[in-house]
Amino acid sequence: MAIYQEYIMASTLDEAYALNQKKSAVIVAGNMWLRMCKMRKKTAIDLSALGLDKIEEREDAFVIGAMTTLRQLEKSEALNGAFGGVFEKALSPIVGTQFRNTATVGGSVYSRFGFSDVSTVLLAMGASMVLHKRGEVPLEVFQQEKPDRDILTHVVIPKGQRAGVASVRMSETDIPALVCAAAVRDGKMNIAVGARPARAVLAAKGVSPDLTAAELGEIAQNVMYGGNMRAGKAYRERVAPVLMARAAAACREV
Amino acid sequence: MAVGQRVRKKDAGALLSGKPVYVEDIAPRDCLCVKLMHSPHAHAMIEEIDTSRAEKLPGVACIVTYKDVPNVRFTQAGQTYPEFSPYDRLILDRHLRCVGDPVAIVAAQTEKQALAAIRLIKVKYTILPAVLDAREAKDNAVLIHPEDNWRALVDCGANNKRNLVAEGCDAEGDIEAELAACDVVIDREYSTLANQQTMMETFRAFTRLDTYGRLEIVSSTQVPFHVRRIIATALDIPKSRVRVVKPRIGGGFGAKQTAVCEQYPAIVTMKTGLPAKIVYTREESMTLSSPRHAMRLHVRLGAMKDGTIRAIDLHSLSNSGAYGEHGPTTVGLSGHKSIPVYTHNLKAFRFAWDVVYTNTMSAGAYRGYGATQGLFAVESAVNELAHALNMDPAKLREMNVVREGEKMPAYYGEMANSCNLGRCIERAKEMIGWDEKYPARAMANGHIRAVGMGLAMQGSGISGVDTGAVSIRLADGGTYNMTIGATDMGTGCDTILAQMAAQSLECSVDNIAVYGVDTDTSPYDCGSYASSTTYVTGMAVVKTCEVLRGKIVRAGAKLLGCDADDAIFEGDCVRCAKDERTVSLAEIANSNMMMNGEDISACESHGSPVSPPPFMAGCAEIDLDPLTGVVKVVDYAGVIDCGTVVNPNLARVQTEGGIMQGIGMALLEYPRMDETGRTVSNSLMQYKIPTRVDVGRVRVEFAPSYEPTGPFGAKSIGECVINTPSPAIADAVYNACGVRVRDLPITPEKVLLGMDE
Amino acid sequence: MMTVDFTLNGKRVSAMVEADDSLYKMLRGLGISSVKCGCETTNCGLCTVHMDGKAVLSCSVPAPRAAGHDIWTLEGMGRLAKALGDCLADEGAEQCGFCAPGLMMNVLALAKENPNATDEEADAYLAGNLCRCSGYMSQRRAVRRFLDGVVSGEWEKEEVQA
Repeated sequence: MAIYQEYIMASTLDEAYALNQKKSAVIVAGNMWLRMCKMRKKTAIDLSALGLDKIEEREDAFVIGAMTTLRQLEKSEALNGAFGGVFEKALSPIVGTQFRNTATVGGSVYSRFGFSDVSTVLLAMGASMVLHKRGEVPLEVFQQEKPDRDILTHVVIPKGQRAGVASVRMSETDIPALVCAAAVRDGKMNIAVGARPARAVLAAKGVSPDLTAAELGEIAQNVMYGGNMRAGKAYRERVAPVLMARAAAACREV
Repeated sequence: MAVGQRVRKKDAGALLSGKPVYVEDIAPRDCLCVKLMHSPHAHAMIEEIDTSRAEKLPGVACIVTYKDVPNVRFTQAGQTYPEFSPYDRLILDRHLRCVGDPVAIVAAQTEKQALAAIRLIKVKYTILPAVLDAREAKDNAVLIHPEDNWRALVDCGANNKRNLVAEGCDAEGDIEAELAACDVVIDREYSTLANQQTMMETFRAFTRLDTYGRLEIVSSTQVPFHVRRIIATALDIPKSRVRVVKPRIGGGFGAKQTAVCEQYPAIVTMKTGLPAKIVYTREESMTLSSPRHAMRLHVRLGAMKDGTIRAIDLHSLSNSGAYGEHGPTTVGLSGHKSIPVYTHNLKAFRFAWDVVYTNTMSAGAYRGYGATQGLFAVESAVNELAHALNMDPAKLREMNVVREGEKMPAYYGEMANSCNLGRCIERAKEMIGWDEKYPARAMANGHIRAVGMGLAMQGSGISGVDTGAVSIRLADGGTYNMTIGATDMGTGCDTILAQMAAQSLECSVDNIAVYGVDTDTSPYDCGSYASSTTYVTGMAVVKTCEVLRGKIVRAGAKLLGCDADDAIFEGDCVRCAKDERTVSLAEIANSNMMMNGEDISACESHGSPVSPPPFMAGCAEIDLDPLTGVVKVVDYAGVIDCGTVVNPNLARVQTEGGIMQGIGMALLEYPRMDETGRTVSNSLMQYKIPTRVDVGRVRVEFAPSYEPTGPFGAKSIGECVINTPSPAIADAVYNACGVRVRDLPITPEKVLLGMDE
Repeated sequence: MMTVDFTLNGKRVSAMVEADDSLYKMLRGLGISSVKCGCETTNCGLCTVHMDGKAVLSCSVPAPRAAGHDIWTLEGMGRLAKALGDCLADEGAEQCGFCAPGLMMNVLALAKENPNATDEEADAYLAGNLCRCSGYMSQRRAVRRFLDGVVSGEWEKEEVQA
């Protein structure tokens, strides 16, 4: 259980940023995972009054506020129309509607959860993170960094691509035992693997979208897998090429 | 007619409008919050414990350690005295026997304060070597219960100097000779894990001193009368000083047949005089509770080439964990409720068992109570036999299953007086489309669909032990008040017993007000477990109504001025057969309350020398993705013979729910420890029970028989229905891909890597 | 301690909470007995309430975040909730009843969002509501009947049975 002494509804991003410079402060996003953490903090900072819950469409990209719920992503006609329903496919298995109405994209991505379906899809799609002080950082870089005291405000997804996702789950609404996402832009494909169970990584960048099974197998082999309660290393190694092929096929279907 | 009707549950209105009817809803607002400090070690001795800093925290009312509890051992098992479960516990012990074992009890004004206090308790442990594997427990040099005041009340082979909770053997015929004479012997080992009941309401209770200075316990329990005895024993106080009340409870499935949490607030209330409440977190409910006994089952199944099953030899090794709750009794069902299914051609059987202590969470009672484990093994072996003989497993079963009128030597020699198992098999096959679908079909999307079958039996109460009484009195205006000691845990027994009373008293179910349970006012009932309520307490209803009818007739005759022999009970009146005059039930009731010497009430008790088994056949159709090993149940057909169906709605929901739990056990639920003995499947995130999207559909039908010893011909239903999915699904998986999983659960990993071999 | 002013079942209320309290805890403190807690890990759905018209897990919404928002629980849902309760009761689907209020709140959200949902769509929508008693089939039948009644206007026309 997370314990804190004061709860501040930030009225500007600068205020939130200033408050968050102390180690005794914590940003509250969807509060799904945070509340389960055994931690004691002085100040909880709420970003929900900052209008960060919108999905905006620019000419070249979608800009998604960090406090946008998973359910908003899942149901966004603009997003799913642009990317062939990949968000609906990726997010609809996550726990339940109420969970996705409460959890936020910022919370998912910022926390760098290994099991995150969202991060895996965004990684394949070449998304970048907008941080209040630091500006725009590719997710590929951000994903490997340790959390710092900056504030994630937006997620930017470049347009003009098709994406697909495939996962295995021990039960339908469980976190994935392995998830693969593929995205194709300008005839080049990225493949990301998440729930290895470690953080998602890009397994392939800018490869041909029409790889053979053997080539996908080779790509899958170059990713490090481990074991946890959901599956052992051997199982993940075994299904990774299968999921990669399915994710790649889903891109083609779109 | 009330029996056989789809009557709504009497508490439906309250439950479906969110009324405050559960333990936590009705606890006093100023209750102390009780929290437990848990052992981080699987096996350790407390050398020093210092609570001084914790006691000084604001809000802390009381901290209890092993130094403050009576040195009287007891068992938490909710069983009839003298319990088979050994008396091996103290409320708190210096000797810690599993991760999670309570080290201290802390009571404070708020939860936060109690948790803060726990962090300030300093404990020095001596860590002892732990026995985590049940196969290494018996006669291990490490003793889990070396204490001198350990005791077994009943001789069941328990021996604390050998880590034994029980051992024994039951046999008939020359098993070795019969096996030697068989054409085929299937010799296999199967295992099942410590599944969690996972009722939605975790363990909880509150306690306070009542007007008379007695300890009142309001608990989410299946066994109020046993809790009364258990807590009095644990606290070493007279039983007359304890009262237990059961409000609505949020599911049990056997979990709450063990007094898992009541002693903690009870001792706080006794020490402080203040009301106290404990609500287990889901993590506590998953790590320090009363799950299914994990078992390793070794089966030798002998048959002739024609398919006749001649001999079954079963050995069950059951892990009781750190304490012996329900250990000696659950194991019995693993053989006594699996082997008798194949009575028809059986020449010999042997059933032997060992139940051991280990340094793992104590096990308890979970729906099926050992039968589930035994049936997974025996039914799987029968499926393996069918493949070895190249026979249809359904046909093999039809040849060998017990028939009505047969004596079942492996079931204590009881007769199958009501048995429609043949029809169950036939109908389940029709429902699933067995003949078209067996064994498997390839689908256009590359998946494989396959079917599998499992059979089950259970009991109806514990023969010669279980006792249920009800009391009914005629009240104002010709209405009835029925008090029961049986515990409705959502299953609907308040309603079902009222239906039986209404049937017997020829009135509407609405005319019967039901109340239960309060050990001060309810008639004695051992509680709702062992599939006993409908069968045992139901008969008590029938008997009580018979006596009550006699009293009403006599009172009516008196008012009519006729001979009691000429008066006839007609539900809403008593009629004089001679002159057709009547006196209404309302008049009888009202006159009874004026200057009257005879109370119109009755209270009868019932116990049964037999425990007639319900029978069931289940067929699973699964979909297997051969590239990932993911298995889904797309369709499940269950047909049950529970005797007369008292309430078709409630019986159906019981069956659907039991099947779903069985599917969870087969495919999803994976209780696990790390190498230190810590349970890591400690939440609903890590222990996956089925959601509504995990299973396609479950279909249920009834194939009733008529049980002559049951109320209106009824037998039990609650437990039998959990048993068929594991063997049925395991065989469907085999039929789909040739992988035989003998260790539950059947995970995608086991299937896929098995296919590679 | 801090004060949170919000609208609960259509009435303006004020609650004293601690900074780290959840909406769930605040509602229980206000005497709302329909919200239940079945896990600590956002998996069970027992604590489901409506916040600004959407079904959310009250265990995960920080109490202070409710300030100025519109919260509804089963206690305030009126006629449609009663109709849904009747559909569940007619199937015996409530069993122990502990998961019922959370389920009902989510079904009511579904009825607003997609009353024409197929059984499959309804199941997907309700997947975050665990039930250990019923095996879900009776709930599926009850939800079907309820949604059909929503579409046909049955619950508006008829006086719902007591």
